Amino acid sequence: MRKAFPNGTVALDGLDLAVRRGEFLSLLGPSGCGKSTALRLMAGLGEPTAGTVQRPAGAKLGFVFQEPTLMPWRTVWGNVRLPLQMAGLSRGDAEPRVADALERVGLTSFARAYPRQLSGGMKMRVSIARAIATQPDLLLLDEPFAALDEITRGNLNDDLLRLWQGHGLTIVFVTHSVYESVYLSSRIVVMAPRPGRVVADIPLPPPTARTEEYRSAPSYVADCRTVSAALKSAIHA
Amino acid sequence: MRSQRLLLALLPIVTGIVVLVAWEAVVRLNDIPPYILPSPLAIGAKLIEDWGTLSSSLWVTLDITLMALLAAIVGGGGLAILFAQSRWVEASLFPYAVVLQVTPIIAIAPLILIYVHDTRLALLICAWLVAFFPILSNTTLGLNSVDHNMLDLMQLYRARRGQVLWYLRLPAAMPYFLAGLRIAGGLSLIGAVVAEFTAGTATGGTGLAYRILESGYRLDIPRMYAALVLLSLTGIVIYGCTSLLSWLVLHRWHESAVRRDR
Repeated sequence: MRKAFPNGTVALDGLDLAVRRGEFLSLLGPSGCGKSTALRLMAGLGEPTAGTVQRPAGAKLGFVFQEPTLMPWRTVWGNVRLPLQMAGLSRGDAEPRVADALERVGLTSFARAYPRQLSGGMKMRVSIARAIATQPDLLLLDEPFAALDEITRGNLNDDLLRLWQGHGLTIVFVTHSVYESVYLSSRIVVMAPRPGRVVADIPLPPPTARTEEYRSAPSYVADCRTVSAALKSAIHA
Repeated sequence: MRSQRLLLALLPIVTGIVVLVAWEAVVRLNDIPPYILPSPLAIGAKLIEDWGTLSSSLWVTLDITLMALLAAIVGGGGLAILFAQSRWVEASLFPYAVVLQVTPIIAIAPLILIYVHDTRLALLICAWLVAFFPILSNTTLGLNSVDHNMLDLMQLYRARRGQVLWYLRLPAAMPYFLAGLRIAGGLSLIGAVVAEFTAGTATGGTGLAYRILESGYRLDIPRMYAALVLLSLTGIVIYGCTSLLSWLVLHRWHESAVRRDR
């Protein structure tokens, strides 16, 4: 697959990537390597210049942007209900799904709040709740936690893992953090810039128990080192 | 904190009273005749004395103003929505909206009065011409200022054009529209008055602007002031109403209407 923009920038060239059902795939790379572009193409936002994007028929998508991208005039509840509303669900049919999505991100008691009343981390949770409200098969996240502080980020990482393990989701996660990607993923694809392409495909051990201890386990540290090395060579490639 | 807010609200009232008292004093101490400068009390007395004529004139002007404002909301808002649908439509029509706006209404009014025989309709058209532009330009800006990620999101949800307009573009444009409405409210009154002045006595108008002209011919200066007071009050009430509406719509979510906690 190839993607060039009208201004002449070649964002992606020769990208060939298969996402497997049920995996947690991280796209890791320096800025400008086209990882966000690749994610957007997967979502169907824009068409590749050459090549194709294939999605299983009837697969439902959830997308989380780098910013929370909430409607300030809607309450938390209203924001999470939006995709269901667009899909034509009645208020009554949407209600249990919205409640369930909010519960899964721990925001049940904030249902009636407006986005401006929430912290950055909470807004991001709303954004995730909105993405899972449609009960998607594939969840795409574009550097969702980049703007958050370390602690909030850690909590949201754990939330995301719980969502993934509990619901048989397939997740594609774009990040530029080595530690985050190793902590979360079952597979990491490292990309290099100019033009954007895949330079390494690293499978990781099955994510049995990812807890605080995991972050200090020797295997985690070793994996981080491997991925770091791959990223470093990608930058200099 | 509370007493400070009260003080801030009282200050302009106190200023007004001081000015009025000084005015009254200057007129009385210098024995200025009312046909040169009437005192505030004389103006008040005239307001009560001629209330029958003045109030019916007030209704005429108010009727034109409010109808023009309504037409401006429908026309300006409607055109903005049309512009948002297609860049082509916007590109072909927007320059002419600007031309209508920058040509002084007082120069167009005589022409409108020639072609439109129904005076009320002619006045309405004049006032509308002045009032619709701020609504049009603000709403157009608002409809086009939607966050691109939001638009992507709507595309992912496979939202129809109408849904994008109703659920995303219109609410996002609301603060812009309301800001335009506040300007248009004042302008529609100005438009109505300017048109009445142009129509003058020839067409047998009865609005407040006509009363000012007529009182001027008769050197009834206190009545000119009384009509002016009513015009000002009308403008203040319109501004108050549009501001209140704006607050009611926005206060729960928009930064402009939310009090800062410090």
